[in-house]
Formats: sequence, structure tokens, C-alpha cells
Amino acid sequence: MNGIHDLGGMDGFGKVDAPPTEPPFHDPWEGRVLALNRIMGATGEWNIDVGRYWIETLPPAVYLSSSYYKKWMLRLERLCLARGLITEAELSSGHASGPGRPLKKKSATPAEADGLLVRRSYSRPATAAARFEVGARVRAKNIHPVSHTRLPRFARGHTGTIERIQGCHVFPDATVAEGVERAEWLYTVTFEATELWGPDADPTVRTSIEAFEPYLEAA
Amino acid sequence: MQLRVRALETVLTEKGYVDPAALDRIIEAYETRIGPHIGARVVARAWADPTFKKALLADASQAIETLGLEQKVGDHLIAVENTASTHNMIVCTLCSCYPWDVLGLPPAWYKSTPYRARTVKEPRTVLADFGVTLPADKTIRVWDSTAETRFIVLPMRPEGTEGWSEERLASLVTRDSMIGTGLAKTASEVAA
Repeated sequence: MNGIHDLGGMDGFGKVDAPPTEPPFHDPWEGRVLALNRIMGATGEWNIDVGRYWIETLPPAVYLSSSYYKKWMLRLERLCLARGLITEAELSSGHASGPGRPLKKKSATPAEADGLLVRRSYSRPATAAARFEVGARVRAKNIHPVSHTRLPRFARGHTGTIERIQGCHVFPDATVAEGVERAEWLYTVTFEATELWGPDADPTVRTSIEAFEPYLEAA
Repeated sequence: MQLRVRALETVLTEKGYVDPAALDRIIEAYETRIGPHIGARVVARAWADPTFKKALLADASQAIETLGLEQKVGDHLIAVENTASTHNMIVCTLCSCYPWDVLGLPPAWYKSTPYRARTVKEPRTVLADFGVTLPADKTIRVWDSTAETRFIVLPMRPEGTEGWSEERLASLVTRDSMIGTGLAKTASEVAA
């Protein structure tokens, strides 16, 4: 979707405010939200792409005015409600009105929690040969899927070069739109800044995206 | 927000979906064990050991596995090397993808709208916000983390650090130098 989350190239947000140090969490609830998302995300009730989509579909004004962990909190509430794990009444009362339903995967115990600290692999066996070789010229398709996609707007319609082939990975668009896990080839595609941003752009800048094969066509 | 989070945690706990002790364990790991010191150790090894550096640039996940670190690293971590002619920067324009397993929790600025919006288009002005100025003819290579690959920058080794131990080398490596918004500290910035 052409959502507010797709920020690359936008103006008007001001300077980057980077203090030299910051605490791990600015408030204790941030850590709880992070951990709740990790535990619930590992129950198989949704995957990482679905989780991202439910942040992207927050109203744009809410997205922009909410901190990172607040967005994670809103996403978790919405997903738990949508999956029928909890009810609105329970959320507003702050207590369960009955036992939970069985989860797709059992919730992590404290001993299993360490396993959730390692990033999961989304690479999958190839079912077909890669269509593009390193060095090939490709164009990011001018497509505007209404559901989740990982093709940023700033790259669409622009021509770049395949720099790396990353193997076959779970294709986020299909996971969210079709509810199926499908693997597609993933490439690092590099674009000249002048191609992306026009002749006045800094000619020393080159930017890459990680692009799934369905995003690309031969150029 | 505190009360709202407490309510959700209570409901999820009472329904048997989460064990609060498992939550504690995750929070504690990020507060105490997982942070940029892991990445710094990897960079220091790469500076000190050319064979490891070659392996790291070929497959960072696999190379780091050989270090036997307490914290395991996920697949598809990619190390990109800064050189005299190229400076690398990492961003995630669509969300906030970040190499948590080697750098820990992402700083708030990495997840902020100005960083995500501007880095792919005007990396030099973003670097200026960090007080970093690079030669005008240096290539700036920006990596937008739009998939489940993750990137870490291998910063340039500062001059005057020949013969330093890995531990001392690691003290030069800042978190920002591994994201590309900073450079490694100079030898004189680190106490002898």
C-alpha cells in the first residue's frame, strides 16, 4: 500500500535528533511491549510481514504521532483482537473474562525465550532458477499493490543493477495478501542517485534496495 | 500508556498466552547482554585477522558463528566494508529493520521519520546532523533494508592502531560507525 510508512525521499521532517547516549528503554512499558510482541509473534498467529502490515494500516496521523513502541502496542492490541485472542471488553477491563483459546504454537517459557532473541530465517529452497544475474540491468516495476509490499515508492519505475543475489526468501506480498508462504528470489538492486532523484542529485550517492523478483523486470 | 500496556499484559497472561517471566527474560537480555559491544568485537577481529575479514565479507552470519559468541546471530547478516573510496550507510525506509543481534536495540533516531526519509536521498546532510563530513568525491553507498537481510558496516580501521590487541581495537568501534552515521574513534580518542 502507498502508506505513510513508505518514507524514503520525503521532505519536511527536519533534522535527525541523535543524542550521544540513550537508555535501552525510555520507560519500562516500552520493554514490556517489545517482549509481548516477541512472545506473541512467535505463537504462529501471524508472521513478521503481517505484523508490519498492521502497523502500516494505522491511520497516518496516528502513525506519525506515535513513538516506535506505541506503534508496536497499537499493532499488538489490534492483532490480538482481530485474531479472536482477546475481546474489547477484556481490554477495557484489564482482565480476562475466560480462558484463552489454543495458540497455533505454544507460548515460549522463560527457558525458551532466549531462542526468540535470534532473528528467524526467512530463506527457503529455490523452486526455479533465478531470472537475473549479477550485473543485469533491471527496472523496478511501476506497481502500487493495495496490500503489503516491500517495494518502496522511491524505487518504482527506476532502473538499477543487480548487485547481489540473496537466495530465495519468503515473499511478504503473498503472505499478507494471499495468506500463503511463497518463496521468491531476492536481489540487492543498486540505483544511481541521479536515476532516483533526477539530474540535480548528488552523483556520488548510490542506493540499494532488497528487491524480490516479482518487483523487477528486465531493462 | 503504562496502564494500557499493563492491561494488555494482564489479559494475555490471564488467558495463558504469555508467561511474564519470559517477558522479563527478553527485556533483561536487551538491557544487559545484547548490544553494540558484540558488533565491536566482530569489527575488531576483522581488523586484526585478514582471513576472518574475508570470511565476514563473504558471509557475516557464518563467519560470526565461528567466534563462538554467547549470543547467536541470525541468517543473512551482511557486512559491508568502508574503504578510502566508499562509505556505507544503513537505513530502513519502510519500517526500522536493524541488526539487533549484533547491535542491540536500535536507537530512537534510527527509527525516526527524518532518518528514514532523508538517508536514501541526501545522506550527506544526514551525516552532517551527526557531525560527520566526508570528502566530496567519496562514494556514499546507502543500503535500504527492505527484506530479511540485515547489514552491518565494517568501518575503516583508524591510523596508528597497528599492533593493538583486539580488545583495544574494539574500544574504537562505536555503534554509529557500524550503522554508517559515524566513523571509528581515532587512536588518540581512546585512552592508552
